Amino acid sequence: MAEVKTPTIIGQPLPRKDTYDKAIGAAQYTDDLQFGPGLLHARIKRSPHAHALIKNIDVSKAEQMPGVKVVVTGEDFPGRIGLYIVDRHIFARDRARYVGEPVAAVAAISEEIAEKAVDLIEVEYEVLEGVFDPIYGASKEAPLIHPKMDEYYVPNYVFPQKGTNISNWFKIRKGDVDKAFEECAEIVEHEFKVPHVQHVPIETHIAIAKFDLNGKLTLWASSQSPFAQRDLIAKTFNMSQSDIRVIAPYVGGGFGCKAGVTMEALPVAIAQKIPGVPVKLALTREEEFYTNFVRQGLVIRLKVGCDKDGNLLAMKNTMYWDGGGYTDYGVNITRAGGYNSTGPYDIPNVWTDSMCVYTNHPVGGAYRGFGMSELHTGVDQAMDMLADKIGMPQDEFRLRNCVQGGDTLVTSMKMHPTGLDQCIQHVAEALDINKKEEPSSPTKLRGKGLALMWKAPSITPNSGSAAKIALAEDGTLVLSVGGQEIGQGAFSAMAQIAAGVMGVPYEDVKIDGPVDTQYSPYEWQTVASRLTWSMGNAVKRAAEDAKRQVLDLVSEHWNESPEDLDIVNGMVVSYKSEQEMSLEGIGIYGIPKDGYEGWKGNGPIIGRGSFMPNYISGLDAETGQGTRAVVHYTTGCQGFDIEIDKETGKIDILKAVSAFDVGKAINIDNVKAQIEGGLIQGVSSSIFEEMLLEKGEMKNPSFVDYRISTTTDLPKKHEVFVVEVPQDDGPYGARGIGEHPMVPTIAALGNAIYNATGIRLYGPPFTPEKVFLAMVDAGLTE
Amino acid sequence: MDHKITVTVNGQVELVQVPSNMTLLRMLREKLGLTGTKNGCSAGECGACTVMMNGAPVNSCMVLAVECEGAEIITVEGLAKEGKLDVVQQTVMEEGGIQCGFCTPGVLISARSLLDRNADPTEDEIKEALVGNLCRCTGYERIIKGIQKAAKME
Repeated sequence: MAEVKTPTIIGQPLPRKDTYDKAIGAAQYTDDLQFGPGLLHARIKRSPHAHALIKNIDVSKAEQMPGVKVVVTGEDFPGRIGLYIVDRHIFARDRARYVGEPVAAVAAISEEIAEKAVDLIEVEYEVLEGVFDPIYGASKEAPLIHPKMDEYYVPNYVFPQKGTNISNWFKIRKGDVDKAFEECAEIVEHEFKVPHVQHVPIETHIAIAKFDLNGKLTLWASSQSPFAQRDLIAKTFNMSQSDIRVIAPYVGGGFGCKAGVTMEALPVAIAQKIPGVPVKLALTREEEFYTNFVRQGLVIRLKVGCDKDGNLLAMKNTMYWDGGGYTDYGVNITRAGGYNSTGPYDIPNVWTDSMCVYTNHPVGGAYRGFGMSELHTGVDQAMDMLADKIGMPQDEFRLRNCVQGGDTLVTSMKMHPTGLDQCIQHVAEALDINKKEEPSSPTKLRGKGLALMWKAPSITPNSGSAAKIALAEDGTLVLSVGGQEIGQGAFSAMAQIAAGVMGVPYEDVKIDGPVDTQYSPYEWQTVASRLTWSMGNAVKRAAEDAKRQVLDLVSEHWNESPEDLDIVNGMVVSYKSEQEMSLEGIGIYGIPKDGYEGWKGNGPIIGRGSFMPNYISGLDAETGQGTRAVVHYTTGCQGFDIEIDKETGKIDILKAVSAFDVGKAINIDNVKAQIEGGLIQGVSSSIFEEMLLEKGEMKNPSFVDYRISTTTDLPKKHEVFVVEVPQDDGPYGARGIGEHPMVPTIAALGNAIYNATGIRLYGPPFTPEKVFLAMVDAGLTE
Repeated sequence: MDHKITVTVNGQVELVQVPSNMTLLRMLREKLGLTGTKNGCSAGECGACTVMMNGAPVNSCMVLAVECEGAEIITVEGLAKEGKLDVVQQTVMEEGGIQCGFCTPGVLISARSLLDRNADPTEDEIKEALVGNLCRCTGYERIIKGIQKAAKME
């Protein structure tokens, strides 16, 4: 095989593989699948209380209703489920811990009948005192929400605190923080609060389950995690993973909320009671808002200090994560918050306590960059305050302190090469960050701000990927993966890598879908911005394997060395003899020998590739120190030039600038599209979004009351810079970029607001009302 | 109670039997198998179910099927003609205005409807026409560019 260089196709802005079907209305989503007249529809009886004991459930009236086929309650399902800490039942059994928790369910011949039957289920509760604040929840005074927490299964890197509501306590103890603070010239100390927000995919959660009469299960779901769902459901229902088939069509937006198992076990539980019949559960938009996993609230208390030259010396970081009624995913968010707790800053002395606290709020889950938007909202505003205090320009302070290749990080891991400094310079220059500029009108205030970010894939240490490539009769390639196309362009990036390795036109690579655990190669989950890197490596290896088989076959036929052969534009070529051969037929039938005296080849060619990081080390339970905490960090910087209307408090973004180090863009256009879309989602959560929770009940579960960005809320301009400092174990150097673009947004806007007004807002959303009232208090307007 | 209605969908005259409370959205998806039109909220707030009814964009989850007697409906499946994409399908796709694709059918219908009534819309007019189509993935900018490109091409 010729010398391996980065193929020219890598990085090209090629058209996506999935969008034609989406543009013509042919792309199939889960609700588009047809199940015929036997399909049953499920509705869920949910707890109206945030914290209550379930004393009695009477389902007799519901069972008698014509059209009702199955009624289930928690009594039917003793098993627990959960991705990290296994703390949930599918239906609440003795106790409900959040408003909306499933208590019972009905499957009926129509949704209307199921809904009416659910109303006929009578549940007797004994309401308990609730916990609605994570700091109170972590205290000794708070009632225990999970009295049997110590009986739950946890992996060895999660540390529940017996006799408390703390389901994970991650600690960093690095250097001597107290001594270092004594040496600081300036110190900033403050508390920041980040509210709960929702993911808001336009497609709500939906799943259909069917048990065959032989006991095998098929689950069709809008899912980021078909394989993780197979595994968790197998464990909960005492089944073999190989007797469960999860089929996952296109996903209409995920952002983390369709990872792990959220509502998918509900139709499975119901379907188990009526074998042979498919049972469908689709969440209403209201349910999507108040019962779906949320981005946890965070209270973060920060103390940071630097010397007189602006060098960071110490950080103390205490985080109380509002985990909600169950923290099966939340414990890992807390962990990620802990091992990333400095943000992308080089700080020699660090003391961190990151606590996951059970409350009676909605259940916390993974939301795009989980933990990181919340963490950086505090860290990067504190850095802004400190730079201000020491009298150093914002960009200079950050360039001085940002992490660089070779730095010893908060966990003692050595930092790999990173282009964070380049990102800062791009943003600072594009915004002319230190130049104070005039507002467009005397009724407005203008300011600029920036913020940094870093994020590592927060994954189980050995999460793997696999890929398969088969040649079709006409020489085209069929690429199979288990990672999901959730809108981010994963299928296209994979096709681009496969085409690049194989030397075939991009158009000749087809991705087979939907993802189906019975046929697709394994993929842990479509989360953590890990596919381009992890699945990309598997695809690259599968393509290399297929290519090797093709070249071995043809070289044997030509009686040449495979080293002298290559595949160029879909043709096998010899650099030595200058012969050519098309891929047509040879991947299936082999090559006929001269005079048809038999055939050359070993049968249909299938390339396979796998990848798993095998170098992640454990971290010490008391200090959080270890050799390698994470696989890598994607870093970046974002900044804003804004105007604030003194009469309304409304923020107008004159210019946004984003710069991220992606290692290597596999498709530059799709990378930019992620950065653009992520920015708007970040701006939306900065300015509009907050779940209004009163005693655990969401008061704004609709698009009217929970506003997200629309076409009329866009920045006037958004400039994007893509930095490429390669990752040593990424395919062609690539790292992920799916989540990162919204991580620094809240902090960057908060810093810009401060620059414009001199007012520091310690918690989003920065609504016009909040900004206006703060300006009134500060005497800037009346 | 069921009603028999006659409605033209994507140029085909259909005779459909629908219950009184069935929405146009459910009729399209469940009676005619036209699943391109999506349901995002069932409350007329997200725009994913936008279709053209007698030339005007409507949230099909807010229209009863029985109101469609004699009406002409265009869904996303009806935009392409004889295998050739409508210009807005082509340009929104080319500009990268499609990610997860769930809002796309509604976005494309709103865009087509805008260009039918205003061949040369300003950027603000495009934003105004699309304000009822929520998209969580793209950040809208590429959708808007796609519509601007379509207007130039037509």
